[in-house]
Amino acid sequence: MTPKRSEHIALGLMVSGAFLALAILFFIIAVIMIKGLPHITLRFLLDNPMDMGRAGGIFSTIVSTVYLLVVSLIIAIPLGVGTAIYLTEYTKEGLITKIIRFGTECLAGVPSIILGLFGFILLVIKLGFGWSVLSGGISLSIMILPVIIRTSEEAIKSVPASYRDINKVLGGTRWQGITRLVLPSAAPGILTGVILSVGRGIGETAVVIFTLGTSLRIPFSLFDSGRSMAVHFYLLAREGISMNNAYATAAVLVFSILFINILSYYLMHRFVARRR
Amino acid sequence: MTEKIIMEAKDLSLQADGKDILRGISLQVYPKEIFGIMGPSGSGKTSFLRLANHTFKAREFSTQGQLFVLGEEVLEGDVAIIPLRRRVSMVFATPVVLPSSIFENLVYGLRVQGITDKHVLEEAAVKGLKAAILWDEVRDRLRTPAKKLSGGQQQRLCIARAMAMSPKILLLDEPTSGLDPISTFRIEEALKELKSKHTIVLVSNNTKQIARVTDRCAFLLMGDLIETGKTGQIFTVPKQRKTDDYIAGRFG
Repeated sequence: MTPKRSEHIALGLMVSGAFLALAILFFIIAVIMIKGLPHITLRFLLDNPMDMGRAGGIFSTIVSTVYLLVVSLIIAIPLGVGTAIYLTEYTKEGLITKIIRFGTECLAGVPSIILGLFGFILLVIKLGFGWSVLSGGISLSIMILPVIIRTSEEAIKSVPASYRDINKVLGGTRWQGITRLVLPSAAPGILTGVILSVGRGIGETAVVIFTLGTSLRIPFSLFDSGRSMAVHFYLLAREGISMNNAYATAAVLVFSILFINILSYYLMHRFVARRR
Repeated sequence: MTEKIIMEAKDLSLQADGKDILRGISLQVYPKEIFGIMGPSGSGKTSFLRLANHTFKAREFSTQGQLFVLGEEVLEGDVAIIPLRRRVSMVFATPVVLPSSIFENLVYGLRVQGITDKHVLEEAAVKGLKAAILWDEVRDRLRTPAKKLSGGQQQRLCIARAMAMSPKILLLDEPTSGLDPISTFRIEEALKELKSKHTIVLVSNNTKQIARVTDRCAFLLMGDLIETGKTGQIFTVPKQRKTDDYIAGRFG
């Protein structure tokens, strides 16, 4: 085989690989949209599920999903951003930072089903929170924590060192430099991490099914059980309850992720434009 | 230490990361003068400035001798660093404007002190701008992003930002090294105005600039103080051969 010929073959394989990946994505989205979209109506979005999800809508699962994500973000953002600030602003590179980084990498590698089981044993049973938004929120926050730490760390590192110098010579404390200069400049990057983790959390089932439970009622208190959209979709399909409603739920999920991405993109650009 | 001396190094040595940065420096800076420090890069000029307001950066460093700033020995452990930095402000070689409006840049040093009174902030901002001769150029657009200013204007904004805090001493680390001659000229004019009320320490490896604007100066060479005295004298009848060679441009 001539070198030129092998070059052509390699290029051909790579291009077809790239197109295959794209084609799979479009195929999945197309199937979900074709099978799901016809069943999405305003009533589907605003009615609670009836008869185990065979009839009615998915309103309570939307509420559960949002509630769950909000609780997990409330826990994970301060912890994650705090860890990132500590790692980048308050410590020198050394054994401690290495241990913390290694730990977060390991946490990212823990299979979600294990996290779900952990949450079930510790939070649901031992601590007696039961299947609840609280148990689910805490468990999910553990899952998204590594993403938030890593993206926040990168975002904070990319803030020019000279800002910290200026804060210093103008008589600011380190904390003032962080809150007034570093975090505002890093905010778009941190927001990206938060959105990534929302994307992961919204589709998560293993952790959620063990800790939030599967109740179809609207959760009000932190100790109420609920059923996220992803879990609802899983149960509808798995138990063969209603494939139509399963696809419709999946379509809503896909749209939500799309919407969140576009919204955050827009917000981020506005934010960056305002500060430049 | 007499009241006439505002900054004084006594046999000051500095080692950082295993290297000698300064070796036995002794010099005095008097009130309301522009004191120049010249020398090739790597001579310890910037390190000297950074010691004076406690912003010296190195993994490990040690000092011997003494450094008095405004009557206070600043190398001792118990010096109050933040009040010191408010009285001894600094401007860097590359202008660093913060990603906010011109006004917010100017008042940053006051905001971190907890000052929120609008009148106080505005007064300080105007004072800073006038001190840096930037007021006429930006008076109508204080709320626009500071990054829209030209490079020379940005550097004057940095000086204005330092002056808005009414420091006793202004440390300038090669403030015009990245600027065109006209911007440089404007900054030098501003400095000459400033010295009626403030003390300025100007670090530069531009000997002509040192000759133009400073009253007295020092020549640092690879960590050693070669000569210090009145600028006029140093540039006409230097006592040391090395000084003569440096200002004549034979090295450096």
